[in-house]
Amino acid sequence: MGGYILKRLVSAIPVLLGITVIVFLIMALIPGDPATAILGSYATPENVDRLNRHLGLDRPLWQQYFVWVGNLLQGDFGRSFALNRPVLDEILDRFGATLVLAGTAFMLCAIIGIVAGVVSAARQYRFADKAITAAVILGISVPSFFLGMMMILLFAVKLRWFPVSGMYSMFGGGDLADLIRHLAMPAIALSLVATGVVARLSRAAMLEVLRLDFVRTARAKGVPERRVIWGHALRAAMVSIIPVLGLQAGFVLSGAVYIEIVFQWPGIGRMLVDAILKRDILLVQGGVVFVAACYVGFNIVVDVVQAWLDPRIKT
Amino acid sequence: MSLFLRLLFRNRLAGFGAVVLGIIVVMALVTPLLPLHPPNVTNTANRFLRPLAEGHLLGTDHLGRDLLSRLLHGTRLSLAVGFAAALIAAVIGAAIGIVAGYAGGRTDNVTMRGVDMLMAFPYILLALAIVAALGPGLMNALIAVAVVNIPFFARNIRGVTVSISHREFVDAARLSGLGPLRIILTEVLPNVVPVIVIAMSTTVGWMILETAGLSFLGLGSQPPQADLGSMLGEARGALITAPHTSIVPGVMILLIVMSINLLGDGVRDALDPRLRSGALARPMAATLVDRKAPAPPARTEGLLTIDDLRTDFRLGRRTAHAVGGVTLAIRPGECLGLIGESGSGKSVTALSVMGLVASPPGVITGGAVRLAGEDLVGAPYGRLRDLRGNRVAYIFQDPLSTLHPLYRVGDQLAEAIRVHHAVSRAEAGERAIKLLVDVQIPNPRARIGAYPHQLSGGMRQRVGIAMALSNDPDVLIADEPTTALDVTVQAQILKLLDDLRRDRGLAILFITHDFGVVAQLCDRVAVMYAGRIVEEGPTQEVLDAPAHPYTARLIACVPELGTGRRRLEAISGLPPNVDDLPPGCAFAPRCDKAQPECRQGEIPLEGGVRRVRCLYPETHLPETELEAAP
Ligand code: SF4
Repeated sequence: MGGYILKRLVSAIPVLLGITVIVFLIMALIPGDPATAILGSYATPENVDRLNRHLGLDRPLWQQYFVWVGNLLQGDFGRSFALNRPVLDEILDRFGATLVLAGTAFMLCAIIGIVAGVVSAARQYRFADKAITAAVILGISVPSFFLGMMMILLFAVKLRWFPVSGMYSMFGGGDLADLIRHLAMPAIALSLVATGVVARLSRAAMLEVLRLDFVRTARAKGVPERRVIWGHALRAAMVSIIPVLGLQAGFVLSGAVYIEIVFQWPGIGRMLVDAILKRDILLVQGGVVFVAACYVGFNIVVDVVQAWLDPRIKT
Repeated sequence: MSLFLRLLFRNRLAGFGAVVLGIIVVMALVTPLLPLHPPNVTNTANRFLRPLAEGHLLGTDHLGRDLLSRLLHGTRLSLAVGFAAALIAAVIGAAIGIVAGYAGGRTDNVTMRGVDMLMAFPYILLALAIVAALGPGLMNALIAVAVVNIPFFARNIRGVTVSISHREFVDAARLSGLGPLRIILTEVLPNVVPVIVIAMSTTVGWMILETAGLSFLGLGSQPPQADLGSMLGEARGALITAPHTSIVPGVMILLIVMSINLLGDGVRDALDPRLRSGALARPMAATLVDRKAPAPPARTEGLLTIDDLRTDFRLGRRTAHAVGGVTLAIRPGECLGLIGESGSGKSVTALSVMGLVASPPGVITGGAVRLAGEDLVGAPYGRLRDLRGNRVAYIFQDPLSTLHPLYRVGDQLAEAIRVHHAVSRAEAGERAIKLLVDVQIPNPRARIGAYPHQLSGGMRQRVGIAMALSNDPDVLIADEPTTALDVTVQAQILKLLDDLRRDRGLAILFITHDFGVVAQLCDRVAVMYAGRIVEEGPTQEVLDAPAHPYTARLIACVPELGTGRRRLEAISGLPPNVDDLPPGCAFAPRCDKAQPECRQGEIPLEGGVRRVRCLYPETHLPETELEAAP
């Protein structure tokens, strides 16, 4: 297993390099002169030149790339001009909030999605299956930002069960209970689409597995039906559910951008959108690379879990 | 095509989706012709009018603009942008996929590496990066969404192209000297277009949602122009005071995306042949029982008796009578061979005993299965579960697929014990080791931790047998347990079963298609054809002088008893289709001795210890045996 983990880690290096190349190339598309963009149209030519030299923009593209990657590796993501602080500091400050939100939503989508999918498959064509299928269709069609707004209207404004927005109360909050109260709505709104997708694929995976011979063997042994479904069949279906979860993590992370805006959650998604609107290029660049790298790391974890669950994979 | 449309509309939800989407698209198309307020004219005096206000059916927004008009124009814009993004992504993605798939080799490798890199991003990060570079704006959002979706198309289309470019017609075109471009355009493209269309139908909803999302963030359409996303984004500020300005565009996005999703699901289902035949139905815990007549009285004596058992497969409108009235009996310590071609109903008979026939589609429609006198057809699930693996145990054909691939064999054995006996984990583990010793697996302490794929075929089947023995059953039902094994291993397994039967007094029902195996192991044999028993009797007598022409052919097929691995399919003619059997003898179409009478009425199974269902048997069975009938 240790060897397999190492192998996966090594295989991530080219992917990470690829990510930096792609981000770098996209940023090189910026029309006109970035220094002018940063300094605004009233900048003097001398200032523009100075900034260009300072940013290394007078050198050939490939040199700029290596300088940039070299800096990234040393933890130097550059400076955000809009916030006037190092990009990495800002990212690290914001990342925790996103991790809490996306992590919670991910757990919700994994647990609820799998349970719903299994129940749906086990009760195929019965009421529970039809109800879950209908909920799934609705769930995967609601834009999460619209759902978030409607939840605010109903649960925060009308019923006053949850606070409207933010991560902690302005006064007197700050403990775990306060966090959970603030987290509930955005996490649910964020998880809904992914829950639907996971439920749908879990149902399909279970239906595939339930027809296999070893399920009949379990029944022939006299294993109670509950154990056949939640033990034998689910265990085998997990092998095809896990990769879906890995993919859904990307969707949850993506959806977090909208949800952070709607619920004013102080996470990295909101930071990115603000940075784009303020044309704070280095902050966008750093944020994108950072989150993409985390996602690559998460997918390694998914692969390792998969290998651990399925002894047939050569480790 | 018409079949496709019928299937699509038989799925009511898909039909609903098509209708809703159709209405929305038509409305969007005719919007410029409708007598609407201009969408961008502000009138701050009329801010936030509620829906149904005079002259403004859906009310007005924060600048007093007519919401209905803005909604329709916004819908128009959102649909156009979404479809455009889908089209761009499809065209570029397909082009990349076709070139990579057709060229193969290095080109393919490098291109697909690049595509994988793009897929390593959570999709929105890439879209945000592109918008950040190009600047906010609807056109740029469109480009971003299209680019983000290119990898999806490239991957799918490449896969299809690779499989197509190895087909004969492409090779033929290549040999006839056509250039690659011609081949791609004339041979490959027509075959990938359907895949492109399906991929588009499943993603266009997403793309509409994604562009709306970017606009919602303020990175898409810029004021005063508004698509649905930016309408929602602008309305967010007044969410609490004027919720209708948010609800109107939000519900429209929901309707569009949902109708596209429903339609897309319907398209996929209509194209997926497995869903049509209902093959994806999950088998239930026990076979359904729909017994019209009361259970027939027990006609024979034995530990396990089967009387006039009938099991059907209900496949849509067709019903196949897989088992059409089978009567059998097994006494303690006896081994009964049940032999027949595949499709003869022998396995279904065996599985019906403990209600293990997959249902749907299987249904037991008549007869009785009695274990020590207790009728099990229609017994409650709890009772069946108590007996399964406990008093009646099964061994199946292919131990690689019948053992759970992800559980250690020791755990699978221990579980078989623990579901019927309250013993500790450790104790069950010890017993599992003993079982492995009983089935002569060397080094059982080490093997207990192995997964099935780590064992040889013979070892796996020994594990299967050990599992069947784990609760000391009275009856063992072995469904072709040696078919998947090679001849030497087969002989070892048969020997093992024979020893176990003698040591433990097991009654065995042995399902096979090989008379050689029957000769080695079974006291009596029953021959099955088209769901019914055609001959039954003591093995040696049947072998020496088969009465039914079918049995005679089967025996003639075995070159040398015990070594023959020849399949029954060697008999000329095909086994009959059990959904529509001709009247009279089912074997008549393949029988050399068939006479007109054979095709007329029902032919009974007659005789005593030896019985045969034939008007002109090969061997005349002496009448005296009638008295010795069991
Ligand atoms: S009944 Fe007639 S057709 Fe059938 S097996 Fe006997 S002889 Fe052949």
